[in-house]
Amino acid sequence: MSTTPEDLKYTKTHEWVRLESNGDVTIGITDHAQGLLGDMVFIELPEVGDNFSAGDDCAVVESVKAASDVYCPIAGEITEVNSELSETPEMVNKEPFGTGWLYRIKPADSHDLDELLDASAYKELAESEQH
Amino acid sequence: MGQQTALFQQHLGHNGKMVDFAGWQMPIHYGSQIEEHHQVRKDAGMFDVSHMTVLDLKGESTRPFLAHLLANDVSRLSQTGKALYSCMLNESAGVIDDLIVYYMEEHWFRMVVNAATREKDIKWISRQAEPFQVSVQEQTGLAMIAVQGPNARDKTHAALGEIMEPAKELKAFFAVQCRDIFTARTGYTGEDGYELILPNDKAVGIWQALAEQGVQPIGLGARDTLRLEAGMNLYGQDMDETTSPLESGLGWTIAWEPQERDFIGRQPLEAQRGKSSKKLVGLILKQKGVLRPQQKVISEFGEGEITSGTFSPTLGHAIAMARVPAQTGTQCQVEIRNKLVDAVVVKPPFVRFGKSCLEK
Repeated sequence: MSTTPEDLKYTKTHEWVRLESNGDVTIGITDHAQGLLGDMVFIELPEVGDNFSAGDDCAVVESVKAASDVYCPIAGEITEVNSELSETPEMVNKEPFGTGWLYRIKPADSHDLDELLDASAYKELAESEQH
Repeated sequence: MGQQTALFQQHLGHNGKMVDFAGWQMPIHYGSQIEEHHQVRKDAGMFDVSHMTVLDLKGESTRPFLAHLLANDVSRLSQTGKALYSCMLNESAGVIDDLIVYYMEEHWFRMVVNAATREKDIKWISRQAEPFQVSVQEQTGLAMIAVQGPNARDKTHAALGEIMEPAKELKAFFAVQCRDIFTARTGYTGEDGYELILPNDKAVGIWQALAEQGVQPIGLGARDTLRLEAGMNLYGQDMDETTSPLESGLGWTIAWEPQERDFIGRQPLEAQRGKSSKKLVGLILKQKGVLRPQQKVISEFGEGEITSGTFSPTLGHAIAMARVPAQTGTQCQVEIRNKLVDAVVVKPPFVRFGKSCLEK
């Protein structure tokens, strides 16, 4: 059974979003997603300064099983990326909501966060995909 | 709902993630296939391979029968317990299966063939055996556990004790019967170890005794990365009935001498000898990226295809086997998600006994 922290927002494409105190958001992939993908081996991250619209593919997580696109949940500019992942991609598996974070964005419009799923909506989605 | 081996509950107890494999419910991993891979290279791991097929061939003409059936030559098996890896070919020299045959007694040979090819193999072998009056009996009611790694043999002896004495002196690629545990010093990982064939009702006890010695359960995911690092082919992926051993990196398993040995597929194979238009090579990536089956390979001599590919946990980069034009040299490119990536051609194996075989 995967975990889904209550205090985060989520996307239908299995990203989680955390609002930081300075207004930036941190993004990663969910426990449900990392469990499906398996052991991570390479993470491709965007560049600091890149701009994305909501729904753009901006990162790739590659596991032994398959490569999977990671989408940008809201429009904004990349302020930071988790460069530790090039040495230790397995953090995405071990702590998907913690040290396995992928990148941070300065949102173009903080109201866009309201469009995202809350924890219970995401849990329903994740469960409906199990078979 | 697939078939279950005698160890099914054990897999669940160890948190095995179960998947269907050739109609069997098998564990793909127990948490992390990469950690399981490292465990085998560094210490000892155990695999439930009970889904594989064990056939006993008996009769006065078993030896000449096998000399006709197999592309490798059983006359190489003169000592009791000696094992031989061979391809079994059809009349067009396509590979029906790859297998290991053990010489037990003059009129008794044991063969272990793949799970996925069980029915077709039994049908083919039985039909070919008829004129030789050799009986072909599948040994059901048997489980198979492979214990592999630098500490595998020691831990097996510590776990199972005195009954395993006869195996202490076992040389590589030999087997011996230790009471009701058929013990072969063979494997599919490039590490030392045993493959044990034993009655189903002993399986759980043996598995648990091994676990108590610190032998970790290892899933099929790690089995695949281990065997690919060791340069070992996987039937159905690296070769099949449409490919000959010469196009599959298995030329070394063909015994051409003596010329009078008329094995099935010999003639079309002779015609190809030295003239195959394709070959199977090893590939590595020096940069990020994972090589995967069916990715397109581009060389200056034409296109090819990756047959098996993965990320190598021991080496830290991608490795693959690919079928490419025969003249392909040391460089080629692979199409990965619409981008062309440079790859280096190498001769497998990639890793043996835990160490890289590749030049720096």
